[in-house]
Amino acid sequence: MTFTWPTVLPLIFMAVMGLALLAYVILDGYDLGVGMLLPFAADDEKDLMVASIGPFWDANETWLVLGIGVLLIAFPKAHGLVLSALYLPVALMLIGLILRGVSFDFRVKARAERKALWNRLFFAGSLLASVAQGWMLGSYLTAFDRGLLSLLFSLGIAVTLPTAYAMLGAGWLIMKTSGPLQAKAVAWARAVLWPMGAALVGISLATPLVSHNIFDRWFAMPQFIGLLPIPVACAAAFFAAFHVTARPRVIEAGYGWVVFASTVLLFMLAFLGLAYSIYPYIVIDKLTVWQAASAHDSLVVIFVGVAVTLPAIIVYTVFMYRVFWGKASALSYGLRP
Amino acid sequence: MDTLMLSRIQFAANISFHILFPTINIALCWFLVYFRLRHSATRDTPQAQAWEEAYYLWTKVFALTFALGVVSGITMSFQFGTNWPGYMERAGNIAGPLLGYEVLTAFFLEATFLGVMLFGRSRVSDRVHLVATLMVAAGTTLSAFWILSLNSWMQTPTGYTIVDGVFHAKDWWAIVFNPSFPYRLTHKLLASTLTVSFLIAGLSAWQLVRGTANDGTQRALRAAVTAAAIAIPLQIFAGDLHGLNTLEHQPAKIAAIEGIWKTEKSAPLTLFGFPNEKEGRTDYAIHIPKLASLILAHDINAELKGLNEFPNAHPPVAPVFWSFRVMVGMGMLMLAVSWWCAWTLWRKRAQPSIALSRWQLRALVAMTFSGWVATLGGWFVTEIGRQPFLVYGLLRTADLVADHAPGMVLSTLIAYLAVYAFLLVSYIFVLVYMSEHPAMPTPETPLSPKAATPIGGPA
Ligand code: HDD
Ligand code: HEM
Ligand code: HEM
Repeated sequence: MTFTWPTVLPLIFMAVMGLALLAYVILDGYDLGVGMLLPFAADDEKDLMVASIGPFWDANETWLVLGIGVLLIAFPKAHGLVLSALYLPVALMLIGLILRGVSFDFRVKARAERKALWNRLFFAGSLLASVAQGWMLGSYLTAFDRGLLSLLFSLGIAVTLPTAYAMLGAGWLIMKTSGPLQAKAVAWARAVLWPMGAALVGISLATPLVSHNIFDRWFAMPQFIGLLPIPVACAAAFFAAFHVTARPRVIEAGYGWVVFASTVLLFMLAFLGLAYSIYPYIVIDKLTVWQAASAHDSLVVIFVGVAVTLPAIIVYTVFMYRVFWGKASALSYGLRP
Repeated sequence: MDTLMLSRIQFAANISFHILFPTINIALCWFLVYFRLRHSATRDTPQAQAWEEAYYLWTKVFALTFALGVVSGITMSFQFGTNWPGYMERAGNIAGPLLGYEVLTAFFLEATFLGVMLFGRSRVSDRVHLVATLMVAAGTTLSAFWILSLNSWMQTPTGYTIVDGVFHAKDWWAIVFNPSFPYRLTHKLLASTLTVSFLIAGLSAWQLVRGTANDGTQRALRAAVTAAAIAIPLQIFAGDLHGLNTLEHQPAKIAAIEGIWKTEKSAPLTLFGFPNEKEGRTDYAIHIPKLASLILAHDINAELKGLNEFPNAHPPVAPVFWSFRVMVGMGMLMLAVSWWCAWTLWRKRAQPSIALSRWQLRALVAMTFSGWVATLGGWFVTEIGRQPFLVYGLLRTADLVADHAPGMVLSTLIAYLAVYAFLLVSYIFVLVYMSEHPAMPTPETPLSPKAATPIGGPA
């Protein structure tokens, strides 16, 4: 491969798409996770849990729109192929996202008797969206194969991803709350930690088995040695989360954020591993980034847009997180809290 | 029904549901900016409290509407890939960047600043909060800009070349500012203003009828009626220009709108009737002689092209014909109601409380959702009138659909329709409920941090 603009631009867009989806999975992951944990909290705690994600969830979901947007803009051929192959899970995810997104607002605006209904829809929508996303990831990795083994694999990811989101959600709540709710969040984190860890190991082992390509990439010397830091770092992150959740005093001393941070690290490492496994395909074994890319001129036009706006987006996102920094408190549209 | 028809219905259902909410938000956000500025300008007077109340209630409506707009919009962004993959494969080089700029410049802006706008009032300075509100308003308007540019390009494509069946951009300026775009954008922004004006006026009138009004109600009602009375003549004027533009670029659509079956000179205007596509005539038509030529070509003898000139390339007549009459009828009603109420308000402007009669209030209540009806009518004219093409004259809808099993499309269609019906009913009920319980604490007294008393609720 020679490095010229026409060959590099598709790679850049692949990276932008990957990062947008990673940002989505982490950011919306924690608020989907909070949604799934909602039924386990007491009634007045539910308000606070929702308040902790209130200012953020909308922007979080926009990363999904960007990820899909880049797929559509930069790789129109893959866009049609991937999304029509994932037709049903996409529809289920969308219905899940619709239900949870609106429940969030309806639950406090509708009359009080209806609140329980909207809480339930908030939970159900979050769960549905997470399961559907897991299923989508699974079928993407198996190149939309409909064999039994591949379906089982997708099913495995579909039930795992919610645990990982719940872990993120619990980690988020540990940071954003205090007192009894925080203690509950720690307990939730402890409860999902092992299932999540076991599932991650299971998926990592199964992925090379369902895809020979991926097997060859990982289990050959010298790559194998070079790649070792990924599993080792995963183990370290997992241990850090385990260590902190088992010791209330560490959390009291202000290290609660470690749980969230190490789960985020796990997500990033898993993403790196995946990116390594898939490159340079955008539809595994079918389309490479270059085959799927749109016309060079169109890519240039949108590259300018990305180069200008993405930094600005990051700046004002950081600004927004700073405004709502610290422990969550009840939300109000009024002048003073 | 076949996959094509089901996919079309599904797309139409999804986008019709989506557009209901952005239509409100695009203009509502500017109303909120206005309420806020009035609040700041009247600080330390009793009026400030009233503006604050108006701001508070309509912020709640805004937040709810925004949530619905966002989630249905996310559905939209997947629809192209799941149901119309051919569209992106053929026109992706042009549609892609336009959609991309919408995400990058508009969606992130509004979604991110929304949090600060809604929940940040006590966390940031007044000025930063105002900037955040303006950012959200700019974001929603920008979003309309980009998406309408794309839609207009699909109606009146320019600035492209086609290589091996795939569109390539030749001149981005010509693509973005394609011939029908200025008209569509203007008409749409005015439609949004009208929709919100009648929503605010209608719900405020409802509050007065039910005796749940507060001081803010009066201000909001007055502002809304004024805005409606100003916007509606502009809208009718813009609509007329829009029609002339369409006549130039899409004569088949105009023929369907007017029910002109055969090319004729001094064509009559059909007020009503039942288009009969099989026989090629309009049954029970009520005509006004020569008026169509006069309105459309501004010349009483002008020749108008009929549907017979576009064999196999004209839209289905009845839906376009009817949708157009629904929209224009709503426009006329809006004109009558808003001027009637505005006239009373202006004559009795010295009177401190709202001087509208019971009948006027009832008329406003009846018109609460008139903007939605007119907007959907207008879009159905536009989009059904573009058929059988997706990109006018160039790409046929039937060639671009994904070949899913009809059963699968039908099942998702039913699921979407069920969710949408449920949400639409909930939305309207909650709007009414909120308007009947507009109570808010005096903003100058601190709220208790635990939202034990429902102050309209935390979020
Ligand atoms: C409050 C909403 C509203 C009102 C009162 C009107 N319209 Fe409208 N109209 C729209 C909302 C709208 C719309 C939803 O915004 C459309 C669909 C696409 C577009 O650009 O605007 C539209 C489309 C549209 C079109 C189709 C253009 C095309 O696709 O080629 C025409 C010819 C008109 N309008 C003309 C009128 C006239 C003569 C009106 C006089 C009463 C009128 N409209 C009132
Ligand atoms: C927001 C208001 C809109 C409404 C209410 C609306 C409504 C509709 C309707 C009723 C149809 C079906 C026409 C038919 O098949 O007979 C349709 C088709 C379509 N519209 Fe729109 N439309 C809107 C805006 C847009 C925009 C902004 C775009 C593109 C950017 C768009 C793209 C399409 C496409 C791709 C179809 C394909 C399906 C088809 O032609 O059947 N629409 N729309
Ligand atoms: C005339 C047609 C359209 C207009 C005027 C419009 C405008 C808007 C506006 C103002 C919003 C902000 C949310 C709100 O205020 O409720 C929004 C949201 C959204 N729209 Fe549309 N839209 C249109 C059609 C479409 C189409 C065809 C798509 C699909 C590509 C789309 C995709 C989206 C998405 C993904 C969001 C969510 C953005 C977020 O997360 O903030 N819209 N739209």
